[in-house]
Amino acid sequence: MKIVNALKGRDVDGKGIWFYIKRDKELYLMLLLPIIFVALFKIAPMFGTIVAFKDYKIAKGFWDSDWVGFQVFLDIFAKRDFARAIKNSLLLNVSDLILSFSAPIILSLLLNEIKSVKMKRINQTLLYLPHFLSWVIIGAIAYQLLSLGNGLINNIIDSLGGTRIPFLQADNNWLISYLAIGVWQSMGWGTIIYLASMSAINPELYEAAIVDGAGRWRKMWNVTLPGIRVTIVTLLIMNLGRVMGGSFERIYALANKATTEYTTTIEVLVYRWGIEGGNFSRATALGLFQAVIGLALVILADRIAKKLGEDGLL
Amino acid sequence: MKASNNLIMVSRKKRFDVWDVIINIFVAMTSLACLLPLVHTLAKSLSADAYVLANKVMLWPLGFTFEAYGKVLSDSSILRSLYVSVVVTIAFTILGMIITICAAYPLSRKQLKGRTAITFIFLMTLYFSGGIIPEYMLINELGLLDTIWSLILPQAFSAFNFLIMRSAIASSIPVSLEESARIDGAGHFRILFNIVLPLSKPIIATLALFYAVGRWIAYQDAMFYIKQNTEMRPLQLKLYYMVIEASESFQLEATMVQVTNPDVLKAACVIFATVPIVCIYPFIQKYFVNGVMLGAVKE
Repeated sequence: MKIVNALKGRDVDGKGIWFYIKRDKELYLMLLLPIIFVALFKIAPMFGTIVAFKDYKIAKGFWDSDWVGFQVFLDIFAKRDFARAIKNSLLLNVSDLILSFSAPIILSLLLNEIKSVKMKRINQTLLYLPHFLSWVIIGAIAYQLLSLGNGLINNIIDSLGGTRIPFLQADNNWLISYLAIGVWQSMGWGTIIYLASMSAINPELYEAAIVDGAGRWRKMWNVTLPGIRVTIVTLLIMNLGRVMGGSFERIYALANKATTEYTTTIEVLVYRWGIEGGNFSRATALGLFQAVIGLALVILADRIAKKLGEDGLL
Repeated sequence: MKASNNLIMVSRKKRFDVWDVIINIFVAMTSLACLLPLVHTLAKSLSADAYVLANKVMLWPLGFTFEAYGKVLSDSSILRSLYVSVVVTIAFTILGMIITICAAYPLSRKQLKGRTAITFIFLMTLYFSGGIIPEYMLINELGLLDTIWSLILPQAFSAFNFLIMRSAIASSIPVSLEESARIDGAGHFRILFNIVLPLSKPIIATLALFYAVGRWIAYQDAMFYIKQNTEMRPLQLKLYYMVIEASESFQLEATMVQVTNPDVLKAACVIFATVPIVCIYPFIQKYFVNGVMLGAVKE
């Protein structure tokens, strides 16, 4: 009976910790492996961020380097590269949030209107494809298509009598290409989650809307969109945390020597300062700054969502 | 109910809607935009140099030749990278699945003391991490830099996959089933192997694919951790240095009599590295879609 009670989550009263450890020793034994991995590779680096508050010297090592308080942060706030990295990260990620976040919603609304099951499936298969390509491959394909002298699109423009456009070799064009490629890569995959929540909408709502004389767009606006609102809010909260982040791989795969205006983001700067430059304290401080702001944004967005009567995430 | 069903039928049949056609065409064009860049790259990789240099190749190879692939396949460093990628991906996937199952099964049992606290710590890693540099210093400290382990161990625990696995086990294995097994004297290891794992095959397949594809396409950690030991570069990193940064050329370039256009070679490399994914893609797609939906149904 004890076992049955315990299995149902009831407390078997008056037993000390050893009772539980003995009873569930196999479960704790299993947990040992993930706990070791989390402690070593996830928690230990969190403590490692204290080098941001030290003047890390390789000769002195992690423990014996001198404490400097917030001096490292004050130093990086004064750097010109820091301001540029913040500006670029915000610019790239906010534009990305607007475009790459809304594209899957629009696309899934349109996919939902396709009545032929077969057509829908073929479209989905093709739309998901870019998600399975690495950024190196995407970068390489982008240059095959967009480069100035021999890219396919410029060849087509040229043969139609237009002038070639430096899609990836001029700063502002690079920014637009970067954003467009992001939409291309993520839009199809993003529809899965919306299509799933659309399929959960009660069909009677559509029937009622038809009886009320609603057309296609009216149904989309008054039934489908409210039906996926919770999903939209949840994903928006999760994405807000990334406004300070961004993908290192994506920038490095698309960057080139001709366009450096927008490619210095926080992630890239952390890599340059830390791994290339060997200044661990400074790079860690920058990374920590980014992580804290990211976390604060998620919590803030979650609070706002709850205030507005949504479910929130945390 | 029946009347309204009829109403839908009537209103659907009644008129030909021009918007239907417009939406279908728009979505089809978007889908083609996802496919055609790959088709063009494939066409280029199979074309003769002269046609590519003259900017003539579009979606069909001209002067069909496998020469570029011959060159890619005779470059031993590319094959070496392919080998590293395969080994890393397999080891990482197996280790990741073992860790995920070892975390998910105990933490899905309601009777376990300390379950909430441990789960909280595991999930905290979703929202906050030490960052690139502390992780790099740790790998350095452990002596794993420039070894294959730096690509296998650090990312093996995934809070996201743990979350999916845990809710899958919690919802698919009824407590009563476990109860009766316990009363029959079965230990947790036996319950796990004889009941839970056989019932969780689809979710195991899905998560294993998440791990495998995620590992296969990543190159950031390899770029940070594999610096000196070029032998240990996985395929994506090798491609980065050859195709994107173009700081490395093909080994056999000097000895080859016929000069091959770098664009054709790059295209061949891209296709070479993409073929494994594209070949299995139609079969694994449904598992991924399931996984995304399970991840969405949090808790």
